[in-house]
Amino acid sequence: MSAPDPNTSLEPAAATAGGGSLLAVGGGVLPRWAPWAAFAGALALCAAVLAALGILTIALALIFSVFVASGGIYVVSRAVEGPRRATDRAVTIAIVSAFGLAMIPLISLLYEVISRGLPGISLEFFTDDARGTIGGGGAEHAILGTLIITGVAVLISVPIGLLAAIYMNEYGTGKLRRALTFFVDVMTGIPSIVAGLFAFALFELFFGPGIRMGVMGSIALSVLMIPIVIRSSEEVLKVVPNHLREASYALGTPKWRTITKIVLPTAFAGLVTGVMIATARIIGETAPLLVTAGVVDSVNTDPFQGRMQNLAVYAYNEYRSPGVMKQASYDRAWAAALTLIAIVMILNVVARLIYRRYKTEIR
Amino acid sequence: MAEVDTTTNAGQLLAAASGGRRRRGDRIFANTTTIAAVTILALLAGVAIFLITEGFPAFTADATDLPGGKTFIDYAAPLAFGTVLAAGFAVVVAVPLAVAVALFITHIAPPRLSLTLGYLVDLLAAIPSIIYGLWGIFVLGPAAVPVMKWLEEHLSWIPLFEGPASSTGRTMFVAGLVLALMILPIVSAVAREVFAQTPRKLQEGAQALGATRWEMIKMTVLPFGKGSVISGAMLGLGRALGETMAVTIILSVSGAVSFNLISQANPSTIAANIALNFPDSSGIAINALIATGLVLFAITLATNFAARTIIARQNIQ
Repeated sequence: MSAPDPNTSLEPAAATAGGGSLLAVGGGVLPRWAPWAAFAGALALCAAVLAALGILTIALALIFSVFVASGGIYVVSRAVEGPRRATDRAVTIAIVSAFGLAMIPLISLLYEVISRGLPGISLEFFTDDARGTIGGGGAEHAILGTLIITGVAVLISVPIGLLAAIYMNEYGTGKLRRALTFFVDVMTGIPSIVAGLFAFALFELFFGPGIRMGVMGSIALSVLMIPIVIRSSEEVLKVVPNHLREASYALGTPKWRTITKIVLPTAFAGLVTGVMIATARIIGETAPLLVTAGVVDSVNTDPFQGRMQNLAVYAYNEYRSPGVMKQASYDRAWAAALTLIAIVMILNVVARLIYRRYKTEIR
Repeated sequence: MAEVDTTTNAGQLLAAASGGRRRRGDRIFANTTTIAAVTILALLAGVAIFLITEGFPAFTADATDLPGGKTFIDYAAPLAFGTVLAAGFAVVVAVPLAVAVALFITHIAPPRLSLTLGYLVDLLAAIPSIIYGLWGIFVLGPAAVPVMKWLEEHLSWIPLFEGPASSTGRTMFVAGLVLALMILPIVSAVAREVFAQTPRKLQEGAQALGATRWEMIKMTVLPFGKGSVISGAMLGLGRALGETMAVTIILSVSGAVSFNLISQANPSTIAANIALNFPDSSGIAINALIATGLVLFAITLATNFAARTIIARQNIQ
């Protein structure tokens, strides 16, 4: 829309006199670089003023210059282009800065996690547990625990989620299908702590009070993961073209062979991607594991026996009850956060790469 | 959907026409998938049932046995208040920002960039909540202290900013901002999807009549997406109500019931209260915590139910 309107830029008088034109009184058009120039000027001005006042910080300079620039461009544009164009420009600047505002925390968060996490990363962090140390040691037990608990959760969630998605897309009709679609959506909204309490309540009924096990955490995570797997699988199955199924039926192939030999392989890359993104979503969960898998200092690789540590819970505990050397504890908390975010990012990136590399071209 | 139905029928006909062995394979497979589907519904029902059975003792227990020596209602009410306050503040902050982000991605940024920018916003959703918590307490909290001081000095006539401003940043204000950040990608994803679907002819029609870009957005995109933005906001609300770790880490709780966002004395939230007290509790205190979890489950379920109903109704139209 920033392209100059020939009517107004060439014949301003005619446009205003015509009255029928929606374009406004000023008639002129600011050059394309005007907003950038205004912003650069405002930034220089604000930086200078703030420096003179002795309170120059990048954040303040940026914030003030956005206000100064939008005010300036509004005034100039109102004089040259008329009030409607001026409003358009002001709103555009507001929207762009809102996006910038939303990105600042993301950048700050990634920067802080990396810069504060690196000091705590060492070989010891990955190869030692915290057993018998007074506020020291590594996070091997937490890393192994995270992998085991998440792995079991994936083993539970993928078959159930995938089969349910197949039901919804290939078999389901009528009431059950509609109910399922609706309740799967509702299920994605279950708070993670409630999923944890559910797993706890379930096991407490059978094993008595105070029970803590790795597999309880896996059950809790499954409650969170299953709906995500169903949603993503359903999306992928939906786009497998019907003519593939019809061709298979025409050859006399039974429906279940058609699904397992034609539909699933066609959708394979998308299914794997969906599962990996769902895994990334649950691997960083803290609250449900805090109430189910518990807290422990040493390596435990048996999900059916005793407490099991987890990276997110480890980070939380290092922060919440730091040892004698507070900073060392905080370093470990941030190192765990960095490890966690690295795992999440790797899962996300690899998932997208797999999708791009192996997706079936559907015409 | 009619297309799918005809092929289903064709498949069944063919399967019926061929040998019994094949039909058995079909039946087994179909039954397995149906069982998986029913399992999902059973799971959701199971969550409710087990929370009710384990939480029920707290409803009937003697007040003296419960934590704090109060009846369950007195115990849970301040927590429910804190939960709604934190989530409400988060939604108020997040929704305008999310709409702006969605508009930027769909209508203002160069189309080539919009996919990448979408990924960036989605990245916010991929970050684990524990990391938001650590960032909130170590980075945002200290940074927000001068802002809260300013709010106290200039806006203390609003009950929300009554003060005295906290000097640590462990306030409802900071917790709410972090929650807002966490629900931003959810709300903006819903808004983005529907903004991108605004009929082209409406947008082009508006522009052909000489509307500026903002007028076009105001007249076509926003009215078209209004319902979805509302339901997206409710999904975000549901998420914020149940979010645990960020609040647990950031908020310094006192059990006070007040709208004051910037002071040291804050009501806790249901989820944060569970995470704080569950590991060290036993006996009836556990039942009480599970019962508050049931309350939270009911609140979020109702919120999500409403949001999904609105979305479903729109899809039919």
